[in-house]
Amino acid sequence: MQQQCLQYGNLRKINNKDMASVIKDKDIKRKCYVSTRNACKLCAPLGACLVFKGIEGCVPMVHGSQGCATYIRRYTISHFREPMDIASSNFSERTTVYGGSRNFITGINNVISQYHPSVMGIASTCLAETIGEDVPALIRDYQDTNCDKKDMPLFVFASTPSYCGSHIDGFHNTVLAAISTLSVKGRQDEHINILPSMVSPADMRHLHEIVDDFGIDGVIFPDYSKSLDNVFTHEYQLIPSGGTPVKDISRMSIAKATIEFGTVFNKGSIRVHYTDHQPTAGEWLKKNCNVPNYQMRLPIGIDASDQFFNTLCEVSGKTLPVKYVEERGRLVDAYVDGHKYVFGKKVMIYGEEDLVLSVVAFCKEIGMEPVLIGSGGHSGRMKKEVLTLYPELESTLKVMDDSDFETMREEAYNVHPDLIIGNSKGYYISRELKVPLIRIGFPIHDRFGGQRLHHICYRGTQELFDRIVNAIMEYKQENSPIGYKYI
Amino acid sequence: MGYILKERQNQVSVAGNHAETIDCNKASLAGSVSQRACVFCGSRVVLYPIADALHLIHGPIGCAAYTWDIRGSLSSGSQLYRLSFSTDLQERDVIFGGEKKLIAALRELIDLHHPKAAFVYTTCIVGVIGDDVEKICQIVEEEKGIPVIPVQAPGFQGTKKDGYRIACEALFKLIGRINRPTPAHSINILGDFNLAGELWMLVDYYKQIGVNVNCSLTGDGRVEDIGNAHNAALNVVQCSGSMSRLAVMMEEKYGIPWKRVSYFGIEDMSEALYLVARFFNDSDMMEKARNLVRKQFERLMPKLQWYKDKLKGKKAAIYVGGAFKAISLVKALRLIGVQSVIVGSQTGTKEDYDVIRRLCDEGTIIVDDSNPVELSNFVKEKGANIFIGGVKERPIAYKLGLGFCDHNHERKIALSGYDGMLNFAKEIYATAMSPIWKFT
Repeated sequence: MQQQCLQYGNLRKINNKDMASVIKDKDIKRKCYVSTRNACKLCAPLGACLVFKGIEGCVPMVHGSQGCATYIRRYTISHFREPMDIASSNFSERTTVYGGSRNFITGINNVISQYHPSVMGIASTCLAETIGEDVPALIRDYQDTNCDKKDMPLFVFASTPSYCGSHIDGFHNTVLAAISTLSVKGRQDEHINILPSMVSPADMRHLHEIVDDFGIDGVIFPDYSKSLDNVFTHEYQLIPSGGTPVKDISRMSIAKATIEFGTVFNKGSIRVHYTDHQPTAGEWLKKNCNVPNYQMRLPIGIDASDQFFNTLCEVSGKTLPVKYVEERGRLVDAYVDGHKYVFGKKVMIYGEEDLVLSVVAFCKEIGMEPVLIGSGGHSGRMKKEVLTLYPELESTLKVMDDSDFETMREEAYNVHPDLIIGNSKGYYISRELKVPLIRIGFPIHDRFGGQRLHHICYRGTQELFDRIVNAIMEYKQENSPIGYKYI
Repeated sequence: MGYILKERQNQVSVAGNHAETIDCNKASLAGSVSQRACVFCGSRVVLYPIADALHLIHGPIGCAAYTWDIRGSLSSGSQLYRLSFSTDLQERDVIFGGEKKLIAALRELIDLHHPKAAFVYTTCIVGVIGDDVEKICQIVEEEKGIPVIPVQAPGFQGTKKDGYRIACEALFKLIGRINRPTPAHSINILGDFNLAGELWMLVDYYKQIGVNVNCSLTGDGRVEDIGNAHNAALNVVQCSGSMSRLAVMMEEKYGIPWKRVSYFGIEDMSEALYLVARFFNDSDMMEKARNLVRKQFERLMPKLQWYKDKLKGKKAAIYVGGAFKAISLVKALRLIGVQSVIVGSQTGTKEDYDVIRRLCDEGTIIVDDSNPVELSNFVKEKGANIFIGGVKERPIAYKLGLGFCDHNHERKIALSGYDGMLNFAKEIYATAMSPIWKFT
C-alpha cells in the first residue's frame, strides 16, 4: 500500500484538482488507500514496554506525552489483566520547545523514589524523536551527575518513534537494545539463548519447562511469563516478580548458541538515515560476540516444532526428552483424528508478519488453504517468504502487507474464507462474514485468558489445532437445521 | 504516607474539620505514573460518540490504534464512529510534512463514507512539524460541502482537561448551522455519552415528564442535531469537567442557561428531573416528575434495601476521571450501605473537592491525579473492600484482593438512572460477595 500510494508525495503543492484525480481515479479503483482504516498494528513504544516488562526489576518510562504511557497501559492491562505501571516524562509545551532534559531527570528521580528499580527501560516516542531528543546523552548526564547515588539503576534505551515500524519493530529493537547495552565480554559458556519474540506468557513458561526438561542452562529473553501472568500476590507489587535477570541478559553474549524465532523481525523499520535494517538481536550477538545464531520460524506446527527441538538437541548434544516425543505423538494422533474437519478449509490470517508466516506454515501442514494473509507490518518480505516456501500459493493467496483491517475486510469478500485466525481486532470481520474467528496473539480483548494461550511447540500446536477443529464443529452445529450431538 | 512524592503532597488531603484545600488542576508530575491520559485523549473521548462524523487522527498510528472502538457509547444508527482512521504518518512524512497525506486521506475517506462532518485531530508531532491543518480543513470543507473541523489536540499542550476544552470549541463550530422547529420545552443533554444506552433511558425519563431532548452532546450524537443545539431552552450538563466550557460558550452566544446535574444514583437522578421541571416552571411537569420519581422510588427502594442489608459495613475506594461522578458515587454507595474511604479523580476542581470534603466522613482520603503507588497504599491503610474505577485501576484492586466495579467509559453495563442504580448495586454485590475471596 505504501509504495503504491507514493503518488501523493510527489505533488509539490496542495492542488485540489490534481489531488482529487490522483486519489480517486487510481488509488480507490485499485483498492489502495492513503489513510489507514482500523490499523492492524500498534505503535513501537508498546512493543518496547512489553520487553521491559520481561526484564527483572525493570520499570519502563516512555519519554514523551503522558497519553502514550497511559494508552499503552490500558491496552496491555486489557489483555494481560496484570499490573502495568509505565512512567512518563510527561512533556509539556515548554518541554517540547526547550527540550526534555528537565522532565527526564524529574521522571527518573520520581520513578526511583517510588519504585526503586534495578533497571530503567526508556522508550522514546514520536514526539521526543521529532524534536531531536538525545536520550543516550540524557542518560549519560544523569549518570554523571548522580554517580554517588546509592540506588542508581541500570539504563536501557530503545529508540521507538511510532512513525517508524510498528509494535513488533519496537519489540525487536528493544530486545537488541537491552542485549547490546547489558552484554559483557568473557569466555564462551555452555548456556543457550532463546529469543522467543512476542509470544504469550504461557508460551514463555513452556519454553522454561522445555529447557529444564532438556537439562539445558537456557536464557530466555524477554521473559514476561511471570510479570504479565502472575500468581495472586496479596499485594500490589510495584515491580511484579519475574523477568529475565540482568545477569542472564549480560551473559547472552557468551552463550554457546542463540535460537531466535522469526524471519522478518524488525526488518520493516528501516530509518531514513540508515541504509539497511537494524540487525536482529541474534544477528548482533553473532556478529559482535561470535555466538552462533539459529533463526527459525515460530515453532507452530509439527515441522517447525521439529526444527526447534532438533536444533535444541543439536546445540545441547542431548536427546529429546520422552515427554516431548509423546507430546509430538499425541499431536500426530490428533492430526489423524481431525484431518478431515480441516482439510481444504479456506483461512484468512492476520497479525505480525512473523506470526502470520508461522501460522501459514501450520495451516499448510494440516491441509488448510490460506487464501488471505494480512499484516500492518511492511517489511516487504512477507510475500517473498511465503511464496518461497509455497510457490503453489502464488495464484490463490492474497498477500496484504502494510495493510489494515478495512482493506482486508474488503478483500475478504472476494476470497470467502471459512475461518479467520488472528487477534481480537478482526472480530468484526468474522462477525460480518459469519465465520469463526480463532483468537491468537495480541491483543485478545474480547476473550478471557489471552495471556494463558499456548501457541508454540507441540503443546501450543495441539491447543491451536483443537481450537480450530472445535470452531469448525461448532460452526457446523450452529448452522445446521439438525441439532447434531455427534459431529 | 511517606510514599507520596514531595511535589504531590498537596494533592492529597483527609476529610475533616481542619482539612486544607487540595491542590489540583495542574500538569501531572513526570515519573509519577499518573493514571491520566493526554490532551488528545480528552478531545477524542468527548467527540467520539458523534456517530455520523468522520474522526480522522492525523499522526503516527498509536493514537488512532489505542482509541479504536474503545468507548461503550452506543449509536441508534450510523456506526461510522466505531471505525478508526489515521494518516499513519511515516518518518518520511514527518520530515517532509504530512499535509499532502492529510488532504488526500480526508478526500478519500469523505468520498468513501459520506460523513455529515469530519473532525481532524492533530497529535503531538503534527503540533511540532507544523502542518497547516486549519487550512486543509478549510479547503476540504469548501470542496466537499460538509463541516471539516480541526481539533488541535497535541498531547503535550496541557492536560486531558484542555482536551475537553478543545473538543467543546470544536463542537461549538458545529452549533448554529441548522434551524429546525423545536418544541418549547426542549433541553440539550451535555456530557452523557450513551454508555450501554444510558442516554436512551434519560431521554425516556424526560419524555415522561413532557420534556423534549433536542440534542445530545455527544452520546448517540448526530451532526445535524448538534447544528440545531442552539434552539433548546436549557443545557443540562453532566460530566461538568468535559462539557461546562461548551455550556458557557452557548450561554454567551445564544443566551441558553445551563445547569449541572448527575444521573448516577436515585437522589441525583431525581434532582435532574426536578431541576428541569423547576426551570420550565410548569406545575404539570413537576407533578409528572414527582410521580415518576415516586414510582421508581417505590420500585427500587425495597430492592436496594436488600442490597444495603447485605453490604452494610463495606468500604469503598473511588478513583474516577471526573470529580462530579465521584460525588454521585459517594451518595449512591451510601444508599446501599457502603462507606467511601478514598475519593479521588483525575480532573477535579477545587470546588469539586470542597463538595467531596463536606460530603465524606471524617478521615476519608481525597486525592487528585493519583497513581498506583498511592492508590495501593491508600486502600491498604483504609481497609477498603471494593474499588470503583477504570481498567487501569483494576489490577490494583484485584492484586490486593479487593472487589472492583468498572465505572469508566469502556463499561458495557448501564449505571445511570434508576435502572442503572440497581445495576450498580448488583455489580457491587457481585464483586463484594463472591466466594472466591476466601482463596485470596
